Amino acid sequence: MAILVDNDTRLVVQGLTGSEGRFHGLRNRDYGTQVVAGVTPGKGGQDVDDIPVFDTVSDSVRKAGANTAMVFVPAPYAADAMYEAIDAGVGTVVCITEGVPAHEMLRIHAHVSSRDVRLIGPNCPGALSPGKANVGIIPAEIFREGAIGLVSRSGTLTYQIGHELAQLGLGNSTIVGIGGDPVVGSSFVDVLALFEDDSQTEQVVMVGEIGGDEEEKAAEFIESQMSKPVVAYIAGFTAPPGKTMGHAGAIISGSSGTAQAKKEALEGRGIRVGTTPTETAELVAEIAGR
Amino acid sequence: MDLYEYQGKELFAKYGIPVSEGRLALQPDEARAAAEELGGAVVVKAQVLTGGRGKAGGIKLAATPAEADERAAEILGMDIRGHIVRKVWIERASEIEREYYLSIAFDRSAKKPLFMFTTQGGVDIEEVAATHPEALVRLHVDPLVGFQPWHGRRLVYGAGISDPSEQKQVAAIAAKLYEAFIGCEAMLTEINPLIVTPHGEVRALDAKFSVDDNALFRHPDLAEMRDVDATDPLEALAREKGVTYVKLDGEVGVLGNGAGLTMGTVDVVAFVGGRAADFCDLGGGGDAEGVVDALEVITRDPQVRSIFFNIFGGITRCDEVARGILQALERMGIELPIVVRLDGTNADEGRRLLREADASNLHVEETMLEGARRAVELAKAT
Repeated sequence: MAILVDNDTRLVVQGLTGSEGRFHGLRNRDYGTQVVAGVTPGKGGQDVDDIPVFDTVSDSVRKAGANTAMVFVPAPYAADAMYEAIDAGVGTVVCITEGVPAHEMLRIHAHVSSRDVRLIGPNCPGALSPGKANVGIIPAEIFREGAIGLVSRSGTLTYQIGHELAQLGLGNSTIVGIGGDPVVGSSFVDVLALFEDDSQTEQVVMVGEIGGDEEEKAAEFIESQMSKPVVAYIAGFTAPPGKTMGHAGAIISGSSGTAQAKKEALEGRGIRVGTTPTETAELVAEIAGR
Repeated sequence: MDLYEYQGKELFAKYGIPVSEGRLALQPDEARAAAEELGGAVVVKAQVLTGGRGKAGGIKLAATPAEADERAAEILGMDIRGHIVRKVWIERASEIEREYYLSIAFDRSAKKPLFMFTTQGGVDIEEVAATHPEALVRLHVDPLVGFQPWHGRRLVYGAGISDPSEQKQVAAIAAKLYEAFIGCEAMLTEINPLIVTPHGEVRALDAKFSVDDNALFRHPDLAEMRDVDATDPLEALAREKGVTYVKLDGEVGVLGNGAGLTMGTVDVVAFVGGRAADFCDLGGGGDAEGVVDALEVITRDPQVRSIFFNIFGGITRCDEVARGILQALERMGIELPIVVRLDGTNADEGRRLLREADASNLHVEETMLEGARRAVELAKAT
């Protein structure tokens, strides 16, 4: 099965005609994802390597049957692009763009919550279901198909752990980067719930980092709502308070949001936390019986 | 980005929140002139981007312009929790009958702006929350609905304010503070204390204001408020070059791509017994030029003994990073040992380029853990 993206995904890339949008849109297609359309206002009627470009997301839904949108437009325009995709009737919106203002995300989060559409990101690497579809910038060649769900606030750290899992002979059902901003469309809990209901997924790795309390909420959810085992990794044990560590959301505010507090919240509910990416992968292998 | 008290008060004034009249001074004689202009007793307040000024002796009363000069001379240059005082704010002294607390925070957990109000102001709010939670009114605002007059009523009645004039003033200030919070795309706006004078006038005596870096592109007036002199010189250089860099305290210069992996790398360096000198995230692009810029920043830190590149390619292409490292070596003549670990997009090509270059201080390692061990080893050996 896998979650979020699969063989039925019909992707429209907002910003396909830009250099990054083109590079990754075509990579996604090369992987086997059905990339059915691009959107760039004013460039409707053109094509990018035979992928038709439309002026609006709505056109791409009506004329090309798009059901998933990937936002690859610069930060000042990304909120508008997300609203447009949400309105156009796609089921899933994945926003890769970094630098979307936090206030914009408060409004988008409130808006999207009352609608039947799932938003992943922004400031995320997207979602990959190995052997099925890749939507975003995850280097798919590292990952194998398998039974481990992977959900993370970080892109490259996820690749690292996926790579370590592959070395141990373990593959993934779906890899989901939820994004490194203070407010993102889907939380750990949202994605964990999808994995819990997914028949392909047997266990889950959650990769968190300093800032906020989404890992703490996830700990509660895992204990009370999940039957599948979850292993966690937290980045930022040595991060100083009050400093933004790369991701806008990775900041210890006062005494809240530390890696130690997250580790304690998880371990207090019986969830194992790896000290390094390598140890995390080893814990997963142990549970999988490898 | 955090703003100084005087900048916060400028913004308060712009949004119609009552503040005391004041002037900024960089020198004691400017403080004297400001006090003369304002007339009467003034308060000399250190402008630093940290809390605890009062306790550190950074806020002093001056009855005359000559005293303002003396107090400013004492405060300027003071070190408050590692922050050197370069500016003082000279403000007309206020008569204080009562001290309240009012703030709006960006509550990322609830995903809504959060009002907090209490009549027990002037102290650490976390202490009030811990010891007298019933005295603290907490109220979320739906971001799609915005501030409504009832929010103001909930705050004043909730805190037990009974004087009608005071109720009206506080509710109006709450509405204006929300306007400022939204208008400036703030992460925090805090008035502590919000004072009531013996004449019943409500006014902001302090201002804590923090704005979203990601929104500065559409607030050029706020972007200009950044004080370059107050940032760590290496962090300022990094900002200028567009490099994401946080100065840390160790000896292994860490470069990664992506915040999570870089944070993880800093942790792993500690795990194998070393200490990272920095957190440096090459970010999504990671092209050759970016690598050169990052290395320029990192090698400027005299504490650095070895450099560890930990790259996992996604958007970043490993061959680009390899080219960047080689270009930097050529241009900058770096002699420090450099450990490189590449994986992901175009990693084979990247590793090939590094091996063919055959530079004696370049060490290619296969895994993150091995790379960290090697970098720590080399840092200790040099």
